Amino acid sequence: MPNKITFCLTAIFTLSAAVAAMRLRNPVHCALSAALAFAGLAVAFLGLDAEFIGFAQILVYVGAISILTIFTVLLTRGSEVEQRAAIFSRSWITGIAITIGVTGAILLPVFSSSLSFKTAPVAASAPVQSIGNELMTRYLLPLEVMGLLLTAALVGAVVIAMSDAPDKKRLVVPASVGRASVTGFSSEVLPAKAGTTNQRELTTV
Amino acid sequence: MTPLSYYLGLSGLLFAVGFAGAVTRRNAVIVLLGIEFMLNAANMNFIAFWRYGVSGTAPTGIMVVIFSIAIAAAEAAVGLALIIAVYRHRQTTQLEQIDSLKG
Repeated sequence: MPNKITFCLTAIFTLSAAVAAMRLRNPVHCALSAALAFAGLAVAFLGLDAEFIGFAQILVYVGAISILTIFTVLLTRGSEVEQRAAIFSRSWITGIAITIGVTGAILLPVFSSSLSFKTAPVAASAPVQSIGNELMTRYLLPLEVMGLLLTAALVGAVVIAMSDAPDKKRLVVPASVGRASVTGFSSEVLPAKAGTTNQRELTTV
Repeated sequence: MTPLSYYLGLSGLLFAVGFAGAVTRRNAVIVLLGIEFMLNAANMNFIAFWRYGVSGTAPTGIMVVIFSIAIAAAEAAVGLALIIAVYRHRQTTQLEQIDSLKG
């Protein structure tokens, strides 16, 4: 267990990186600050003796999600920032008021409870071996469901982000040539063609 | 030794920062980042309660956080794909300009 100074340094680092991620103007800078905040959280997880979660946090958040965010910003021209344009919404005062209310509702019970000031039991550790054993025995069904969910999310993300231009081209292929097996993903099916392709799909299937 | 309230306080403040970003920013990508911060604050609470609780030897909190991280990764992938798809139709990621479902 680390002492309070280590924890406070980690907390200050994490919170300032998070505030910077929410306040900077350029979205690329926001994404990089968010990566710093996720890394700070990983350090806090390591301080709580959750080594596996700490390293998974670094792999998933610092490695994957930050890079994905930066890719999205660059793909959507979000990095071209106008200096004058507002980055906060028009109703930001309402948002801040709601935030203060929510934060108070969270933090008041935390600091008024006597449970909050207990210190940690001495021995609590979760070695990777016990995590693996639990995943393969007690949490086997959730693990399988999670694998299914991740597969579905991956395929769904690709389908959603995929350009639908090739599908349009495929729709105007003559009926004698075109195989109507791949029309399901098109988001803009022409009405006249849609009926014919669906019928052909029924016949081919 | 750090008392439990320190970790809960850090988690609450991080949730507040993420929430403020999610409700006040205009850029959809930054709003997603704020949601990720809120999810991470919840993970922090799970780990803290597991560490300070009467867990024994079972890594229950760790398990919840593993599944939570997996769901957060799936959510981020689908959310960013949605942002790219909306951008292709509207040429913007500013949420105040995306106000009708009709493409």
